[in-house]
Amino acid sequence: MGEMPLQMTGQKPPQEEAPSVAGVVTSGAKELVAGLQEYSYLAFQSLTNLLSGPYYVQDILDQMDGIGVGSLPIVLVCGFFIGAVMVLQTGAQFTRFGQTALTGDVVALALVRELGPTMTGILVAGRCASGIASELGSMLVTEQVDAMRAMGTDPSRKLVTPRVLGSILVVPLLTALMDFIGLIGGCVASVFTLRLDIVQFWTRAINALEFGDIMQGMTKPVIFGFILATIGCYKGLTVRGGTQGVGRATTQAVVLASVLIIVANTFLTKLALFLANKIF
Amino acid sequence: MTLPGIMADDRAPAIQFNNVHIGFEEGEILRGLSFSVMPRDTLILLGETGMGKTLSLKIAAGLLRPTAGHATVLGNNLESMEEKELLGFRREIGFVFQEGALFDSMSVADNVAYRLREEHLDEEQIESRVQEALRFVELEHTLDLLPSELSGGMRRRVSIARAVISRPSIVLYDSPTAGLDPVTSQTIITLILRFRDIYGVTSLLATQRLQDGFALANFRFDSATRRVLHDGAGGPEKQNPSITRFVVLRDGVVYFEGEPQELAETRDPYLQRFLI
Repeated sequence: MGEMPLQMTGQKPPQEEAPSVAGVVTSGAKELVAGLQEYSYLAFQSLTNLLSGPYYVQDILDQMDGIGVGSLPIVLVCGFFIGAVMVLQTGAQFTRFGQTALTGDVVALALVRELGPTMTGILVAGRCASGIASELGSMLVTEQVDAMRAMGTDPSRKLVTPRVLGSILVVPLLTALMDFIGLIGGCVASVFTLRLDIVQFWTRAINALEFGDIMQGMTKPVIFGFILATIGCYKGLTVRGGTQGVGRATTQAVVLASVLIIVANTFLTKLALFLANKIF
Repeated sequence: MTLPGIMADDRAPAIQFNNVHIGFEEGEILRGLSFSVMPRDTLILLGETGMGKTLSLKIAAGLLRPTAGHATVLGNNLESMEEKELLGFRREIGFVFQEGALFDSMSVADNVAYRLREEHLDEEQIESRVQEALRFVELEHTLDLLPSELSGGMRRRVSIARAVISRPSIVLYDSPTAGLDPVTSQTIITLILRFRDIYGVTSLLATQRLQDGFALANFRFDSATRRVLHDGAGGPEKQNPSITRFVVLRDGVVYFEGEPQELAETRDPYLQRFLI
């Protein structure tokens, strides 16, 4: 059958048309809008699913374990060295003014406000958005998602919501751990390179932080967790083109989630600063 | 879940397609498909690759919505149902996917038990029904294995066990013998035949292999002797009340619809290609 001319099977041979620039731009724009609409619906539904059952508690716990415990080593190692390198870079400048004691302030503020949430978000996106996209993408191309639907299960509730909720719950915890281990890294670097006193470093670091900084640092990862999980799920559940498509979706998920986290961070920072002025 | 169609009138079709259309970016695949299957009967959807057999099954299961026309299954008008209602409806249907579509990160037992766990049955009951279903497909020794550790034929058998564990009144089989050797294909068809004749289910089977359809039409499973017997192919000696009919799809419409005998005696050159 495979070698039979199309005419014999009753099908019309495909007619090739030369693509026009306007046509390509229009179809690209349509695809973008449709994609945005699909993503928004998936993201919205992942949260509205929480308003009614069934709930897949075991799946949520499994995801928290996979995303949280699984990402712990990379977050801790990176956090330690990010804190240390900040001290190395800023310490050299503070030494010129004889203000090395300020190192604790800078490391604490930068880590808690910006670097902790953003770096955790990007690291977890690199590890988990790709994992989610490839897992769901593989399930889709092997008809496991359809099989799930055929057995009366809503894939949005069973697959998407546990991943989104798991991510939202554990990324802030990972961020808190990164902040802490980053400060330890900064402390170690301060003691060995700037000869700072440990107590002085910690006292300055803790005193530099205000409630608004902690709020800012703990709110951002909630959004980042949401972004990385929804992007991973969206890319996984919209795979086209078999196993090659799964590979493409995996890469796109990491890139898109990382970029969105950085972009969202800018707006969240502006919002947090505005709210800090108004409220705190 | 009420099933008004089947309960109100046993002679109403279990599955009815009326001028069903479906298409994608590449073009329209089904262009006005109409057929019906009576309760307990078997319909063989025969057609070459890309003729819309799988799409028809997915429409019958409510996994896809037709772009035009009506699909009515167990008295439910599928195109007017919300996804939430469809989830409940699908629990009344068994679907055997072409490649099995087993959950590859779950053991065989968990795959088969999936539907029962969704219905929150107690574990003791689940365990006994899983063992019963796997015994039915003669794979009770594979409980703890992963799908990747099974052969292609075994995966299909597990898929059948998973589809039938909740005793659905309709089972949809998507090319259940595709890519299997003749002996394994025969085993799969025998299982389908046994399930049909023991539980009296309505079957819709998509296939490219004509012999699958003839086997279902010409044989029956005798519960008393537990043997597969020849059933007289629609002649006066036929004992099985289940009727097997064929629908041949071509270009998204029904090209042929009829009894196995009519198909076997056809002189139509297109249909004869299936007979070779």
